[in-house]
Amino acid sequence: MFVTQKNIFGAYNCFNKKIISLKYLFVEDIFYFVVLFQNQKISKVMKLTKFFSGALLIAALAFSVSACKSGPKDADIEKAVKEKLAATPDMASTAVSVKDGVVTLSGECKDDACKAGCEAAVKTVEGVKSVTNNCTVKPVVTTPPPASLTTTLDAATQQKVKDGLKDIKGVTVTFDGEKAVLAGEVSKTDRMKIMQMLSSAKVKSDVSKLMDKK
Amino acid sequence: MALQDKYAQLIQSANDMGVANLAVAEQDGVLHVSGTAKSTADYDALWGLYAQLDPNMASGDLMMNIDIKADAGAQLRVTTDSTNLNIRATPSTEGEIVGKAGHNEVVTLVEKTDDSWWKIRTADGEEGYAYAQYLSPEA
Repeated sequence: MFVTQKNIFGAYNCFNKKIISLKYLFVEDIFYFVVLFQNQKISKVMKLTKFFSGALLIAALAFSVSACKSGPKDADIEKAVKEKLAATPDMASTAVSVKDGVVTLSGECKDDACKAGCEAAVKTVEGVKSVTNNCTVKPVVTTPPPASLTTTLDAATQQKVKDGLKDIKGVTVTFDGEKAVLAGEVSKTDRMKIMQMLSSAKVKSDVSKLMDKK
Repeated sequence: MALQDKYAQLIQSANDMGVANLAVAEQDGVLHVSGTAKSTADYDALWGLYAQLDPNMASGDLMMNIDIKADAGAQLRVTTDSTNLNIRATPSTEGEIVGKAGHNEVVTLVEKTDDSWWKIRTADGEEGYAYAQYLSPEA
């Protein structure tokens, strides 16, 4: 006896009936369709005597399955939305979730325009029914300018720089205009100490000749 | 505003840490950032970030004039590499040495004379000026 058995598809929600599985059996030249519905204990077995009518039924079912889809699935929408946002660097980090075509956006936007732009861009994605925009706008950081910027490289300031370098071996300093020009070889720790010292004395510097100790 | 963008992460961190009197300005190709960090740890974190954003701090485009909050009476740890820290009669290396604070010793801040020199007092009662670079306020 020649028997083949195949699953056509697994769980599928269509016409409010959940079909758990749909398979067909082919016993010699007789087709059997086995349809298992979620809310029915007994599965329906359709017997089709002719191969041809079996093929027809498959075609009909396949058609109804595709007709049942009203639009792109949530996962597809999510993917499309993410792709759309990824195209704009400012929006790329926005978190996206989709449920029944409703897109929820969250995360931090650079400014209000970015937040609105994000929402507008998402609305154009196919299958999106509405957008819930939960993005927050980064608070604007406003800082006043420092009271004093640089000090002039007078004798006292030059002495300060020299004092600061006293304990750091292998570094020489010369003064060129308003900049302290440093040269020599230093370790990473000493380099940071030098920069901290220059910054606290508000002295501009040229450290291009300051090399890393090998 | 290019420099503000380059160091945006640093400025944001300084804000998040609650650096007091934080001020930022760009002038002649140099970004000036000043303020008072709450702790030595915050100060070190900001400098670490600087070194990360500007490898080797070689661009010379940032002047980070950040100090650490320390009021008169604050405890300061001597952070020399291993040697003693000279305590001088005047705020300069020209000043006469009136005492020494040992490596890792804790001293008391008397006043912040300027950015480079602080007046301190040791546990033994020696008082004078020491180089601020080697003094870290205790948390």
